[in-house]
Order: sequence, then structure tokens, then C-alpha cells
Amino acid sequence: MRIDSFPKLVKWRKECGKEYTGRKRKVFVCLGEACLANGSQAVFDEFKKVLKKKKLADVPVEAAYKTGCHGFCSLGPLVILEPEGTFYTKVKPRDVEEIVEKTIVNGEHIDRLLYKDKETKERVPDHNHIPFYARQHRIALRNVGKIDPYRIEDYLAVGGYTAIAKALKDMTPQQVIDEVLKSGLRGRGGGGFSTGRKWATCAKVDDEPRYVICNGDEGDPGAFMDRTTMGSDPHSVLEGMMLCAYAVGSKQGYIYVREEYPLAVVTLQNAIDQARESGLLGENILGTDFSFDIKINRGGGAFVCGESSALMKSIAGEVGEPRAKYIRSVVKGLFDKPTVLNNVETFATVPQIIEHGSKWFAGIGTKKSTGTKVFSLAGKINNTGLVEVPMGITLKEIIYEIGGGIPKKRTFKAVQTGGPSGGCLPAEKLDLQVDFDTLTDAGSMMGSGGMIIMDDRTCMVEVARYFLNFLVMESCGKCVPCREGLYQLHKLCTKVCEGKGTMEDIDLMEKMSKTIQTASLCGLGQSGPNPLLSTLKYFRDEFVAHVKDKKCPGGVCRDLITFTITDECTGCMACVKACPVDAISGEKKKVHTIDQSLCTKCGSCFDVCNFDSVKIS
Amino acid sequence: MTPDVKKIEKIIDRNRGDKTALIAVLQDIQREFNYIPPEAITATAGALDVPLSKVYSVATFYNAFSLKPRGKKVIRICQGTACHIKGADLIQEQIEKGLGLKPGETTKDMEYTLEVVNCVGVCAMAPAVLVNEKMHGNVRCEKALDLVKKD
Repeated sequence: MRIDSFPKLVKWRKECGKEYTGRKRKVFVCLGEACLANGSQAVFDEFKKVLKKKKLADVPVEAAYKTGCHGFCSLGPLVILEPEGTFYTKVKPRDVEEIVEKTIVNGEHIDRLLYKDKETKERVPDHNHIPFYARQHRIALRNVGKIDPYRIEDYLAVGGYTAIAKALKDMTPQQVIDEVLKSGLRGRGGGGFSTGRKWATCAKVDDEPRYVICNGDEGDPGAFMDRTTMGSDPHSVLEGMMLCAYAVGSKQGYIYVREEYPLAVVTLQNAIDQARESGLLGENILGTDFSFDIKINRGGGAFVCGESSALMKSIAGEVGEPRAKYIRSVVKGLFDKPTVLNNVETFATVPQIIEHGSKWFAGIGTKKSTGTKVFSLAGKINNTGLVEVPMGITLKEIIYEIGGGIPKKRTFKAVQTGGPSGGCLPAEKLDLQVDFDTLTDAGSMMGSGGMIIMDDRTCMVEVARYFLNFLVMESCGKCVPCREGLYQLHKLCTKVCEGKGTMEDIDLMEKMSKTIQTASLCGLGQSGPNPLLSTLKYFRDEFVAHVKDKKCPGGVCRDLITFTITDECTGCMACVKACPVDAISGEKKKVHTIDQSLCTKCGSCFDVCNFDSVKIS
Repeated sequence: MTPDVKKIEKIIDRNRGDKTALIAVLQDIQREFNYIPPEAITATAGALDVPLSKVYSVATFYNAFSLKPRGKKVIRICQGTACHIKGADLIQEQIEKGLGLKPGETTKDMEYTLEVVNCVGVCAMAPAVLVNEKMHGNVRCEKALDLVKKD
């Protein structure tokens, strides 16, 4: 059906809404990547099978709904039953028949599948009462987990394409820009540059054609919000790009998707095809003069292509090397034409700003960082997954109240934000407000929103070495400070990890970092030393321990540690089974011993021991 | 083994003359052959009218491309931050030792290729290992090798 006028869109949305909300019973099965890896496809298929077999009068087979990511990935596969909001975790195909019989037919809960509150030990039936969800404020992720990403009808039913219709009907391009400007929206990809200002500059450049690019090259390790948005609510990204195109006067958009996200490419392409078919992309959208189309480009697995000028080179089919930005890409970008490049989350947020107004958006968050931000929680934290919270919330609230704290009652050591351009913040900084400027002032960075939580079993020197290694591998090699400087930093940091470092090495690392920051060509090099500098700032004692005492406080650096089993060993055999090199011997209920000549110091024994009998020295 | 030239031609034909399609063409070639055969590089350069050196430079710049034939099972160990913190190194060690491979290498019987990737975006289930398209989350180091072999 081709929608070529505003009344037709309104009528279609009504029909879609009727079908979506008319279906009282909905079984939302999460088919996000994490749940898929846990077998959620089989759970979904089983629901279809059971519902078909049971032939329930008011619960048709279509009630089983495949959705994108629900966010609470550590408990997958997840199933939500609407209208009650019953939230089932770790669902297996064999649980499905019971869910249908007990919960859907009889309205009873199945206790073992409900979320168990770690503090109160009580089962929580409704997802709205689980702290992980209750504390969230979802704008960019508004539809994620609630709609089938493969159906444009679902997106319309929940109010999709309202904003672009509003803009085309009642607003001039300048009014759209003003609204985004007034909302205070800052780029969610990491830089935090004002989105409205970027659009305004591009619109003023006297050159054509203009391009709109969506940066879906989510390269920061530990961040996966863009993958989720593209895969779970692709139309919101398209709508955001359309609004930008209308505002700046562009006819062609590109979405650059990481090579590692094949599923996102499929959902986005499907969404683009559907939008084209219904006339929401293409010539004369909704019967107006506005024409716009979108093409997907797949990345080639290069981290540096997340940098805007490198990304544009990559779209043009070239090697992704950044250029010096004496002329900004809003003036001369893709194919040397004016280009707006925004991140996935930014685009997904824009339709809501146009729909509800800049005042509404600016009222959320803090004065200088308005709205909400999506964070991905990973590492040593109980509730891993995606959360969207108002800016200005503290790190502590995110990590402890939403994230559920550190597993195995271990101690929090650091949180890494901003990926390889960011830094590690210690426990003293947990009361910090999370917004663009506060994090930068503290020596880290908002980045794209990845948060990796580390406990006392993490060596901060080794973490710094990890990021340096990452950057050495990913440096494009064009400029010397980045290519050679990071290489030397990595070499020195490795030396410290091996216990061969000197205090002069630490000073040299600091000095060299400054040069790299100043002299590198692009953001990768300029921010490359950040993880090292922030660990040197907050965890200097660990560096000193490696150099002076030849000790690794985290028990990670293999050249400096030995594992031994104490006499308190209960002889439970757990470490014997866990040892990958069979270096531990012992019988049941007798004290085990480690053969030091075989031990690779991996720490598996330490991590499985429930009796604190493995010691690191 | 010489690659099917007709298949190469078919892929290239869709984008003949379009310089900007270089990466997309190489991706399609790699999907077909599981690597980029030398014949494809010369054919691509001619068809898209770009210098051979440029095709080679693009093919070697991006991590996704392999100029060497790869095994039936491509094992990709995620070395993202979350996976690293949760012991991806140990998993890599086990698999390296078990298969006798270093990253980038392929077993002689063309069964396995080992690769390391920087983040596959399933950080919530770290550590993760990909076997071809199949994702494995929460991998335990002592079981990693079995998992890869039986998959």
C-alpha cells in the first residue's frame, strides 16, 4: 500500500494500532543477540507450536510476538506476557507448555521463572517493579522489546512516523533545526557536540547535494546500544534521518553498519524496503516535495572508521584513513559535499523531540546534558544489559541500584567508560553525576555509553595495556604520533606488567602521552592515551607495586604471581575440574596441591574456589 | 584449487564501473569464497576501473578481509573489554593450544581458522566466541575447545 498523503498515513496508523492494541494477549519473546545465543528462537518456535496445538479461543498463534532486545541480557531468554507485564527469565522450550497452561489460561505465576530480587529474595511478577526497569526512562529505546522489528505496522501502531508527518505538514526545515537546537540534544556517539548546531551549519552551506550519514560503526568494545537499536527498532533510526534530511535539505542518506553486526544489516534493510514500498522513503514523501532515500554500507571491521572522516572515506570505497579537519565535514564531507553525521542513538531520539517538543526533552537530564542516555552494563556486574537513564544520575545509582552491584560479593575497583578513548574511574568517583562534562573533567569520557565494571580481581596496569594493544592494532598508521607513540606506550606498559618496569618508564609514559594527545591527526590518537593516563591518575599505586614490589595486586600479571592452596582446602575438587592444564592434583576431601611447573597462572582455581582456599602471592 | 571465474564475474558485474562499490564487491567475493582469491583482486580492479594497488590496499586495510583461504569453521574469539575482563585470554590460550593455531592461521586440513575480533557486541554474555555465525556466550575456558569442536 502506497501512502502518499497525510490522511492516508493517519488512516493506516489507526488500522495498525487497532490490530496491535486489539490483541489483548501478547507474548513478547526476546530475539536480541544475547537471548538468541541462549536459545530464544527455540522458545519462540515452541510458543507457536503450543498455541497452535491448544487452539485457545482468545489467544491465537499470532499472540506469540518476536521482539528485539529487552535489555536485561544476563537473564535471557526473556519472555514478557502482556497485558499483566509478567516477566519470565531464563525460559527454556520445555517451560513453554507450562507457561501457556498456568499463566495464560489460569492466570497463575510460575515462581521459578520470575525475577528474584537479590536483596529481599522475593520473586517479582511484574517487570515494571524490577529495579533494573523501574529506574529507567526510555526515549531512544522507547519501542525496543515492544514491537516486532520486522514490521513497519508495529512501528506505526506505537506512534511511528508521527514526527516526520508533523514536520512535513506544519514545520519549515528551519523550525525543525530550531527545535533540535533548543532541545539541547548532544551527539550520543561520544563527542557530545550539539546536534542542532551541526544541522544548522550544514543547512547554511551553499553547496549541493547534501548527505546524511548514520554512524552505526559502534566500535567501542563494551558498547552495544546501537546494535540493539538498529536491530530492535530500525524505523526510529530511519525516521530520525528523514527529519535531519528534511532539516538540512538532503536527498540521500547512508547508514554505515559494523561488519560484526550482520543482524542489524538485515533488520535495517528490511525496514528500508518496507518504508520504500509504502512511500515513506523515495520520491515525494507523503505527497510533498520532500524526497529522500537511504542506503546501507557495511563496514570492513576497522575501529578507526567510527571517526567521521575515515567513515566517509570508507563509504566512498577507500581505505578508512582520517584526514585533518581544518575544513569540517558539515562543509566538505562525503564526496567533498556538506554532510551531517550523527550516531544511531541520536537519530533514534530526534523523532521524540519533534513529536513532544524541545521543552519536554530539555526538562529531562541536566542543564548542559539534556535528555537521557543509553548505557550498556558489562563486566563484573550482576545485571548486565542495556539501560536508559536521565543524564545526571550518579555512577553509583547505575552500578548498584540498576546494575545490582558486583557479583560474588567482591569489591568494586573501577568503572571504564568511553571505550578506548575514555578512562577508568575509581570507587571515590562513584558519586559523580553522569553527563558529558563531568565525565570529561574527571579524566574519562561519556563516549558511546559503554560501562565496563571491574572488581578487585582486575589489574589496572593490565587494563591499560589491553587498551593500548587495542589501539596499536586499530591505528590506521597514517600519522607518526599515533602509530609509533602508542606502540611505544604499549611496549613500556607491557614491561611494567612483566615486572621489568622502572619508575622512569612511568614518567616517560606520561610524557609521551602528552605528545601523542597533542600531535595526533584524529580522535583515535588524541584520546588514545586516556585509558593509560586515567589509570595512572587513579591507580598509580598499582603501577608502583608492579615496579617496586614486583607484585600484581589484582593477581593477574603472570610473571608476578603464584597460586597456592592453603590447608583450609575442603577437597571439593572444584579447582581440579576447573584447571585447564591439569596442574592440580588431589583426592576428594583431601587438601589439593598445585604443580607449579605445570601451572599457567590463569587463576581459574582462584575464581571457582568457594572456600577462599586458593591464595595469590 | 582455482576459484570459479564465472562466479567472480557475476559478483563484479553488478557494480561495474562504480568505484565506490569497492568494499561491497570485496565483501560479496569474500562471502562467496570465504576469502579473497588473487584472481578476484585483478578482476575487481579492471571492472571498477581502480588501480590494482588500491584494491590491494583496501583488501589489506580492513580486518574483515582475508587473502588466505580460510577453514570450514571460522572461530572468532571476542577480545572486547568485557570479554577481556572475564577471561578471553584464557579461552584464546586453550583454543590456540588445542588446535595448534595462532590468530590468522588455518589448520592444514582446512577445518578450522582462528581469528580474534575486537567486540561482537554481546558484552552482556562475555566471554563470547563465534563459530561461523553461531554465537556462544558465557564460555568457560576449560570447555572452550570442546565447544568449538562439536559445533
